[in-house]
Amino acid sequence: MRRAKLTALKNLRSEEHQFQLRLIAAYCFMLLMFVLLISRFVWLQVVQYQHFTTLAQNNRISLVPILPNRGLILDRNGVVLAQNYSSYTLELTPNKITNLNATIAQLGTLVDLTPRDLKRFKKFLEDSKDFETIPLKVKLSDEEAARVAANIWRFPGVEVKARLFRDYPYREMTSHVLGYIGRINTAEKQQLDDDDKTTNYRGTTYIGKTGLEAVYEDQLHGTVGFEEVETDSGGRAIRSLKRTPPVNGNNLKLALDIRLQDVADKLFGNRRGALVAIDPSDGGVLAFLSKPGFDPNQFIDGIDSQTWTTLNADWQKPLVNRALRGIYPPGSTFKPFMAMAALMAGIIKPGDLRPAPGVFVLPGSSHQFRNDNPRGNGMVTLDKAIAVSSDTFFYKLAWDLGIDRISPIVGQFGLGAKTGIDLDGEAIGVLPSKEWKAKRFARAGAIYQKWLPADVVSIGIGQGFNSYTPLQMANAVTILANDGKVFRPHLVENIVDVKTGKSRSVDTTPIKQLPYPQAYFDYVKMAMQEVLQPGGTGAAIGTGLTYTMAGKTGTAQVVAIKQGVKYNASATSEQNRDHAWFVAFAPVDKPKIAVAVIVENAGWGAAAAAPIARQLFDFYLTGKVPASIADQLTTIPKPAIVQKAASDVVATH
Amino acid sequence: MSSQLIKRLWQQIKDPLDGWLMLFLGLIFLLSLLVLYSASGQSFAKIDNKLAYTALALVIMWVLARTRPQVIMQFAPPIYIVGLLLLIAVHVHGVTVNGSTRWLSLGFTRIQPSEIMKIALPMTIAWFFQKYELNLRWWHYIIAGMLIMLPVALILKQPDLGTATLILAAGFFVLFFAGLSWRVIFGGVVAFGASLPVIWHMMHDYQQKRVLTLIDPMSDPLGAGYHIIQSMIAIGSGGPLGKGWLNGTQTHLDYIPERTTDFIFAVYSEEFGMIGNLILVALYLLIISRGLMITARAQSMYGRLMAGSITLSFFVYAFVNMGMVSGILPVVGVPLPFVSYGGTATVILFIGTGMLMSIGKPRNK
Repeated sequence: MRRAKLTALKNLRSEEHQFQLRLIAAYCFMLLMFVLLISRFVWLQVVQYQHFTTLAQNNRISLVPILPNRGLILDRNGVVLAQNYSSYTLELTPNKITNLNATIAQLGTLVDLTPRDLKRFKKFLEDSKDFETIPLKVKLSDEEAARVAANIWRFPGVEVKARLFRDYPYREMTSHVLGYIGRINTAEKQQLDDDDKTTNYRGTTYIGKTGLEAVYEDQLHGTVGFEEVETDSGGRAIRSLKRTPPVNGNNLKLALDIRLQDVADKLFGNRRGALVAIDPSDGGVLAFLSKPGFDPNQFIDGIDSQTWTTLNADWQKPLVNRALRGIYPPGSTFKPFMAMAALMAGIIKPGDLRPAPGVFVLPGSSHQFRNDNPRGNGMVTLDKAIAVSSDTFFYKLAWDLGIDRISPIVGQFGLGAKTGIDLDGEAIGVLPSKEWKAKRFARAGAIYQKWLPADVVSIGIGQGFNSYTPLQMANAVTILANDGKVFRPHLVENIVDVKTGKSRSVDTTPIKQLPYPQAYFDYVKMAMQEVLQPGGTGAAIGTGLTYTMAGKTGTAQVVAIKQGVKYNASATSEQNRDHAWFVAFAPVDKPKIAVAVIVENAGWGAAAAAPIARQLFDFYLTGKVPASIADQLTTIPKPAIVQKAASDVVATH
Repeated sequence: MSSQLIKRLWQQIKDPLDGWLMLFLGLIFLLSLLVLYSASGQSFAKIDNKLAYTALALVIMWVLARTRPQVIMQFAPPIYIVGLLLLIAVHVHGVTVNGSTRWLSLGFTRIQPSEIMKIALPMTIAWFFQKYELNLRWWHYIIAGMLIMLPVALILKQPDLGTATLILAAGFFVLFFAGLSWRVIFGGVVAFGASLPVIWHMMHDYQQKRVLTLIDPMSDPLGAGYHIIQSMIAIGSGGPLGKGWLNGTQTHLDYIPERTTDFIFAVYSEEFGMIGNLILVALYLLIISRGLMITARAQSMYGRLMAGSITLSFFVYAFVNMGMVSGILPVVGVPLPFVSYGGTATVILFIGTGMLMSIGKPRNK
């Protein structure tokens, strides 16, 4: 009994001992754990201190880009052709939204989301990164904007933003001049990255895609501003720390006269073709029309595929800039330049009489080169041959000259070369030469490459391999009107700094002066004046002129007419009918305007194209509005008011 | 005369309390008020609440402190049984929040029965060992183990990994001080290691995610890793000296989640830095040291086991919380003891403290 008690006591004592041991073990374990914890603190707060400080700073401060306003595009009188207006946009940042589909569904109860909106959003979503902000719906009505704004707390990651939108009030009429802006795509993003412009485009959604909007992108865009803001974890700005204001884009003031453009547009009506009018005093482009055009506004926020397909499939090709990229044989409008080549070669002199028969047959051949007038014009001078547009006369002239004496002279007038206008994608066309043919048919084989003597004949009347753009023709006739002084045709005349109001004009110094005798220029210009006088091909539009005008009609053959068959417009399908050409300038002594007009498949130049030029000149030089289109003209606001409105737009944003 | 009355009253109040514990807890309490004021965006609403529930907790603590441990002990089995029944009730019709069923609705309020177990379980195990103190056999440890695993399993099923771990720990500490063989302990650790793959499969997706993001928070910086990364940034950017009280950018710009409750340590650490952390760790260490002193001097089996378990639980709470906020432990919902905002957790902690003081009080038999 005692023993047992003793054992129990002993046990108790050893138990006590064991218990104390365990206490010490537990204490040591805890100390060890605390040391571990403290070494973690040392790691985070001492070793990695800088790293985490940077992370905390990055967390706290975000750079919010402040977008510059895109520069406006104004016509020569200050009428706004491309403007900005403010509108509300509903924007989503996918990585801040837990359930994107549910959010969109709920937003659908507040704003009207069309299938098109949803489709576009999906496309943007696929193209963009998660943290980027994507518009779900643009141009919210005031009511919709208010409704979303009132419920915005329900939707983290959803914002309503006031954004500037681009608008082209003259739509089709200016589509091929201004081009349009659109959302920056992957390729453009890459390009911006390569050009080191990514910073300046932070926050920018749109970029010039075509036309002046693309060429002058750097001028129009401006410089982005930045605001350093302290943001909370929800991305909400708490306060502004520092602000660098943006520099708005420069305005472009064009040489183009929108009223003249309007008149040209209405004179064309529904016909296809192009018109380029140039101010010979400096090369400024007064009117630049390609018909039909398209409404550039529908491209800005991503065109829907249906409209795109329709525009693309349209046989009239509204998306093609005919003035810039359409290449056509110049027809008889080529003859004044041929005349220049002949005079310079010395094979004919002013006043020399030469035959202008009904047909021209090459020596040793039976092929008949026809004349427009089958009876011929007897013996004529070079100027008369131009006035009556004798083909046989010019066949012979070309035959006598040979291609080597034609292309160098004609080339000096800018034909078959880029004019250097401030638009992208200018077509070169074809200035025929032996070298050109050898190169062009390099793949076809030696016999096709060789220049044949007969090749030159039809070139004499602006057919054959000749192909030029309406812009080149306008430029060439401008050089002629200028007595050989060559300017670079340009749409933009002045670049205006919005802030300082300082205007910088583009370089309008002449590129060169053609080294041809003044007498020859005078002679050819006189011949072109004769075109509009009784007996000339353009006599019909030469009556009642209150200024002097010179011109040349042309009819460009689209398909070759078989030997012995007479061209019959009504028997030829519309798209194979001849193109009507007219080039002209006025007043002859001190030209203020030079023009090239082509009306596609409209037949005879004198009938279809020349009246357009004449009425355009009347309007430009005398202010006479053509009666036939007086009621169709667009109402163009008075520039003074427009400019004020334009500055208001800038001021409010 | 009145001064004498006050003196006597003061004597009455302070008599059951442990001076050292009160001192350390008081210092932690002051720190916790500072950090709560900052974390709650300098509003007094939470401060007021904290003062109120702390006052209530202190009263409960005081009552427990002046009650003899043997008396308190008597309540252990009934509370354990009630707690167990409530845990079962939770499974039958509990309230589900965020995929976890942890609460019972009483109409006017909700209670979380697992909180009761934090105290009831170690009490019961300690009572059990006291009861069989003189002839402990190996199977007593088995029974104790089952008494532990029953509520732990129920809580794991809710699921609530954090609380289950804490309760398991509290129960284990009792076994440990009751002399559970080292061989069994190490064997258990090895067995646990070996069964990790099985446990992994039994885990819920969100639990697996937590473990994965612990290993590499950057793998999901905007998802599951976000909270832990932000709190690590807060701690790291606090640096050696801290950004200064009320100057924590991570805190005040809303980057720290749950910044008055589970993640309050990140707030503290950002503003008071490494120095502040060392002070806080030192205070916990002092509390634990005092607790272990009480444990060592405890006169009964129950007292030793209970005091040891409570003290080690304080350590576990503090370590797990600071460990998870600084990114060395997975994020389990464990508040920082005596600092985090939250009434229930505080009351439980002060109940533990009260029992500790009751055990530590020298009494004449």
